[in-house]
Amino acid sequence: MPEPSTTHISVRNLSVHYGGQPALKNVSVNIPDRKITAVLGPSGCGKTTFLRCLNRLVDTVDGVSVSGQVLVDGEDLFDPAAEVTHIRKKMGLLSQRPYPLPMSIYDNVAYGPRIHGQSDRGELDALVEHHLKLAGLWDEVKGRLRAPATSLSIGQQQRLCLARGLAVGPEIILADEPTSALDPISSAHIEGKFKELRDQYTIVIVTHILRQARRLADYVIFMYMGELVEHGPAAEVFNAPREKQTREYISGVIS
Amino acid sequence: MNRRSAEESIFKGLMGLSFLAILAALATIVGTVVWKGLPAMNWDMLTKTPSGGFYLGGSGGVLNAIVGSLYLAGGATVASSCLALPIVLGLNVYARRASRLVTFTRFSMDVLAGVPSIVFGAVGYVLMVALGLKASLLAGIIAVALLILPIMIKAMDEVVRLVPQEMAEASAALGATRLETAFLVVARQALPGLATAVLIAFGRGVGDAASVLFTAGFTDNIPDSLMSPAATLPLAVFFQLGSNLPEVQERAYAAALILMAMILIVSLVTRELSRRLSRHNVR
Repeated sequence: MPEPSTTHISVRNLSVHYGGQPALKNVSVNIPDRKITAVLGPSGCGKTTFLRCLNRLVDTVDGVSVSGQVLVDGEDLFDPAAEVTHIRKKMGLLSQRPYPLPMSIYDNVAYGPRIHGQSDRGELDALVEHHLKLAGLWDEVKGRLRAPATSLSIGQQQRLCLARGLAVGPEIILADEPTSALDPISSAHIEGKFKELRDQYTIVIVTHILRQARRLADYVIFMYMGELVEHGPAAEVFNAPREKQTREYISGVIS
Repeated sequence: MNRRSAEESIFKGLMGLSFLAILAALATIVGTVVWKGLPAMNWDMLTKTPSGGFYLGGSGGVLNAIVGSLYLAGGATVASSCLALPIVLGLNVYARRASRLVTFTRFSMDVLAGVPSIVFGAVGYVLMVALGLKASLLAGIIAVALLILPIMIKAMDEVVRLVPQEMAEASAALGATRLETAFLVVARQALPGLATAVLIAFGRGVGDAASVLFTAGFTDNIPDSLMSPAATLPLAVFFQLGSNLPEVQERAYAAALILMAMILIVSLVTRELSRRLSRHNVR
């Protein structure tokens, strides 16, 4: 039994409504520091909404209302005084499909550092190389950094998006079913990267692939119909789930 | 089964006929202009301004109208680009997707794009008088800018709407402001389409006669300031076509030939430009 770790993200009484329809109902959970937390649940359970609250991308939806708190390093993300660009800089996002920016491989990685004020050519070169290595893409692209990002395979694009996210120096990696568009080899590559990065970053991964959660997760959050049903260390949730819905999901009765 | 294959044949025949009709229309227009205009076409037409008796068959050319049209359409294109880009990025990056303002703006653009250009000419004239201007390059630029603005906005809006929301989110997730996302990512992804929109609007502006009829005036000289009147190719065609001298009428077709060649060049440049600009595009 691993020792309980410190909390990095503290979610308190978080509720989200889309045009009056509830999507998240009063969710409270502590997400541990520098661990992989898997958010599990069937489609439409609110797991993506939950993830999008953590970097406030949920704001971009028409007619959304959010109540509750999300504390990161003690700062409430939904405080009206909170600066959203500052919050997002702390978090890298991987989406279901890679969305490279319409620029070269190099510029994709340099985009974040540049908007945050880095203009020194040597520093940028070093940042780009370091983060492409961190994402395990450097050896495949080092000879063609000026090529369009879209010249990469989809699996490489997802690793490019990882490098791009890491290059702004986040503490947290948010991943929304990051392997769902990838072939098995690329998926394994991404999962491998997550395992390497888990000591340095707090990783929150939304997935509906139970086996992926088993492979990766240190901590599990199970959601159903907008409610948080159960959460705890992975071993506990998988081996001895307390709630009926969790048991049914894990045994495959619901999916 | 027989009936269905007959339907298929009939529709194929219909498609073929429509295709031919379009080709025939194009061939007729180009053919007529070339056939009637080419005899009057010479180097002087392109390089000289009209001499005293030009409209009675005297020597000279339509350089005044060529330069006037380029100034006018160029100025109007720059002016309306300065308004169109912020509006389109505002609609697609800043405003809430289904807000009333967005819906109303798009509806207004649809309406304005359908307003006949003579109405823009008349409104431009009223505006010109209200501003205390005379018929001049500036007044013409204002009228043409009003005419092509909705066309440009619609064309830009269509391409910017196609930029995936997730791409803008990827930029936002890195801590970019909306302005950075709008210009560095959304506008960049839409760049080939934006360039096309600008040049479509230019093509529309350069070829329009009615909007400049009252506003730009007409002169044999090349305009030397924003306040001087400016000749335009469509009006040069219009005035010369009204003559009863055959050689002057021929010159009208030659002027039309020049106008068509200009639009053709602009179209070719557009295609090449958007091909080059799309190198980094995400498809």
